[in-house]
Amino acid sequence: MLSRTAASLYWLGRYVERAEFTARLIEATIRLDALSPRPAGMGAWESALAVAAADHGFAATGEGLNPANVARYLTLSNDNPSSIRSCLDSARGNARAVRTALSREAWEAINRAWLGLRDRSSTGGTHATLALVDAVKAETRGFEGALHRMLRNEPSWFISLGAAVERADNTARLIDVKYHLLLPEGEMVGGVMDRDQWTTILHTVSAVTAYRWLYRDGLRPVQVAELLIHRRELPRSLAASVDEVVSHLNLLGKRTGLQGEADRMARARQATMARDSIDRVIAGGLHEYLSAFIVENSALDRAIGKQFRFA
Amino acid sequence: MRLFVHHRTDYRFSEPQDRVVQLLRLVPGSHIGQNVVDWRIDVDCNARLRPGRDGFGNETAMLYIDGPVHAVSLAVMGEVLTQDQAGMVAGAAETLPPVLYIRATPLTAASESIRALAAEVEGADGTALDRAHRLMALVHRRMRFVPGRRIDGRNAATAYAEGEGNAADLAHVLIAAARRLGLPARYVSGHVLRPAHQHEWHEAAHAWAELHIADFGWIGFDPTADRCPDDHYVRVAIGLDHRDAAPVSGTRTGGGSEVLDVGVRVGIEG
Amino acid sequence: MGKRAAFDEIRGHEGGDAARPEFAALGSWIRDTPPAELNRRQQAAEAAFRQLGITFAVYGEAEAAERIIPFDIVPRVFTAPEWARLSEGLVQRVVAINAFLDDVYGARRIIADGVVPPELILANPQFRPVLAGARPPHGIFAHICGIDLVRTGPEEFFVLEDNARTPSGVSYMLENREAMLRLCPELFELFPVAPVDDYPDALHGTLRSVAPRGRSSNPVCVLLTPGHFNSAFYEHSFLADSMGIELVEAADLVVDDDIVWMKTIEGLVRVDVIYRRLDDDYLDPLVFLPESVLGVPGLVSAYMAGNVTLVNAPGTGIADDKAIYSYMPEIVKYYTGSEAKLPNVETWRCREPDCLRYVLDNLSDLVVKLVDGSGGYGMLVGPTATRHEIECFRAALVAEPHRYIAQPTLALSTVPTLTEQGVAPRHVDFRPFVLSGADGVTIVPGGLTRVALREGSLVVNSSQGGGTKDSLILLDRPQRGGR
Repeated sequence: MLSRTAASLYWLGRYVERAEFTARLIEATIRLDALSPRPAGMGAWESALAVAAADHGFAATGEGLNPANVARYLTLSNDNPSSIRSCLDSARGNARAVRTALSREAWEAINRAWLGLRDRSSTGGTHATLALVDAVKAETRGFEGALHRMLRNEPSWFISLGAAVERADNTARLIDVKYHLLLPEGEMVGGVMDRDQWTTILHTVSAVTAYRWLYRDGLRPVQVAELLIHRRELPRSLAASVDEVVSHLNLLGKRTGLQGEADRMARARQATMARDSIDRVIAGGLHEYLSAFIVENSALDRAIGKQFRFA
Repeated sequence: MRLFVHHRTDYRFSEPQDRVVQLLRLVPGSHIGQNVVDWRIDVDCNARLRPGRDGFGNETAMLYIDGPVHAVSLAVMGEVLTQDQAGMVAGAAETLPPVLYIRATPLTAASESIRALAAEVEGADGTALDRAHRLMALVHRRMRFVPGRRIDGRNAATAYAEGEGNAADLAHVLIAAARRLGLPARYVSGHVLRPAHQHEWHEAAHAWAELHIADFGWIGFDPTADRCPDDHYVRVAIGLDHRDAAPVSGTRTGGGSEVLDVGVRVGIEG
Repeated sequence: MGKRAAFDEIRGHEGGDAARPEFAALGSWIRDTPPAELNRRQQAAEAAFRQLGITFAVYGEAEAAERIIPFDIVPRVFTAPEWARLSEGLVQRVVAINAFLDDVYGARRIIADGVVPPELILANPQFRPVLAGARPPHGIFAHICGIDLVRTGPEEFFVLEDNARTPSGVSYMLENREAMLRLCPELFELFPVAPVDDYPDALHGTLRSVAPRGRSSNPVCVLLTPGHFNSAFYEHSFLADSMGIELVEAADLVVDDDIVWMKTIEGLVRVDVIYRRLDDDYLDPLVFLPESVLGVPGLVSAYMAGNVTLVNAPGTGIADDKAIYSYMPEIVKYYTGSEAKLPNVETWRCREPDCLRYVLDNLSDLVVKLVDGSGGYGMLVGPTATRHEIECFRAALVAEPHRYIAQPTLALSTVPTLTEQGVAPRHVDFRPFVLSGADGVTIVPGGLTRVALREGSLVVNSSQGGGTKDSLILLDRPQRGGR
């Protein structure tokens, strides 16, 4: 496989995952906003900007911080490189450059998602935003379905590898922001507001029911963190993403006979994580742990690029 | 005359290059009045050189260097025996008929003023050979020869409008005007011995034109000196213009900028 | 010319509703299918094309401005004997084109024998002197030719233009057929139609057959595209996909030691055959345009060394040049020994005084073309031109007659086409694709029919309101499966 093709597939996986994550983030934020008493709802949108690493970018637009503006910035803005539209643009650009490596169905799913946003100029009200976000989720699910029906060989592995690396990054940022943002003044840890925020995180990664299955004793922040970091049963947890990276690298290694620095880094990370516990993580500082994870994840991303000669 | 040619090209890159690929036209052929005794190209790093021959009959070499490349130095050293043929070219490997050389190229397209230059000669009496000589004299008189001026893809029209240029510029103007007169004209890159300066390094290889005159064939005309090449000249490569015959056409893969340093020395002692 | 009603390929010269007897079944299908139903199917086809991304970029508009070429649901049909005659003529013409190219880049006998004036070839910018003497593997230059044909009557086919560089449009032949099979399956039960879907296999076979000697056991073929911003990118990816070969960009290739390699995740892999959809000028910055960033430095050197096959070979533009076109009948006869089976459109070379006089006397009836112009630039269409335009051209012709040719305005044939007013005749042309490999010449029975959708228009160009149709070649006898 051409190195350029591999790079495009990997980035296709990353961008589709990022688009979907942003869609989920908006959905959960709308929910949190609706639950919160005014004006605390703005905190939900600020937090969404921070999770998407779009807070500085948004500030630079000079627009007022209100739900409509933030929703538009996260969804449709061409100035925001991680808006859903920008992600789908990039995903389609990569897909288009490697069409021969994709199944017709996979290409059509991406193209349809892109067409769906192409002519939208505004998100409309909350209702319309939710509808739009739903549509994006449906299209990306369609892409995942198509991906599963593609031949099980290098193209689908590179896409999945990119998606897993991106997912690890997204989930880590999501948890980190909860600890980053202070609760509004007067709110108590464990209070209604705090609860809502943790629930929102679970919503973002579709884990509300999963949490209830795995933890029978009600919502406890430490358990939410444990679920999102260590529980392999949850597909969006860090542990599950880390496993997935290892297994896709293994598949690629078997097919191409190439093993390298990326494999070693991914396996080392997997082994460390298996020895970890949430108590140790909390003791060492959750924010510090997550920051280190994000840095390590980007180092792994670079190692992958080097190993498969992306440049 | 026994001429010794030493032609070196040094590149220094501000950032290491992944790859350098160059097309070299540095090797002269032998013909009547020019006998190549010894000729070699040296590269100062691990490189592969592939000899070839292009459609014009030029001897070429492809140079391939893997990165990282910080600097490259190409050295050409050769020895040639020459005889004065009064500019006439005979016995060379002519692969293409003269009629090819009447077409204009982007570098040799005639402007209004070059057409006027051609017209000055066109009306005059005399043979085609006389007109060719007159044309060379006119270019020589109208354009100041600035030997060191870098070739930067300037076309004949621009150079003529500026009234000065290097050897390639003057050759391009002469070629453009000659083709207007219906004379096939081609570009020649090569070397010239300047006896008073034979121990100095010059900043560029030389260039002139050859015009095809009925009953005579190809004859060289050097508008920088207003004379036909004699035994002081070594012909290396020909083409429709500089692009076809340049000593080096190169590309590199990698960022940054490059510094190019060319030195040519032609002498009668090795 | 032009006064008589155009020949309709289905209904004949007479016009009216009755189809020619051999097309009776199609005639009834057109008559019996309600326009609303045709319309529905046509829209379904266009929606599918859009979803597949069969688009072309419109220059000067934003990248998002990708359009589909309009598709017409009413097919164009050729009978088996018509196709057989066309095929013979196409094979003859393409054989001559390859012999011509081999000659002009080699011995130049045709010049020595005085068949074509030397300056027309040698002083022509399409002749690439730097490539003289280079002979591609197996001596084939134009492996893929698209020959543009027009028709004016039942037996009257003319070659309008040869495309011997990088002809495009074959993906429409294939995708239009896919759409027709899905949307109008009943048509294919009315009469047996020759399949076109083996074109990618035929093309791949041709590519493999011309691999350099010594590399022929399992040659690596790739398709070189300028990139996904190119207007024909869909076709590039479609063809690479259908053949199962890599779709590469220049940056994916390197030349080392006069050998071409592609960069893969496992390292460098040697490339033997490059189906390049990149113009000569951009192929290799060392030899052609030095400012090209789309090209591969050293590619021409690898080609001249015989280490890689370029499909088509560089320099083939000299064979489809307008100035050379007018000599094609002589060229065909010179190399094949027989008269051209497919005639040219009558062409006056203004460089010849008698022709110039005739052209100047009949400017208002003729189409005058600049020899080195393209895309409709530098063209005079006499019957629709203003007095002023005609006088401007007259002056230009007198000043530089050698730069012009003139042709009559042809009454192009029409084919029933779905319009807003129901099914009505529209003018068409036809581009079949001819493959030349080491194993001979192959023509897949089909091609690209372009249709001028505006009433009375003769311009089939997609940028000026042209659309496409499926082109059905009928088989002689119904072929039934069985054992």
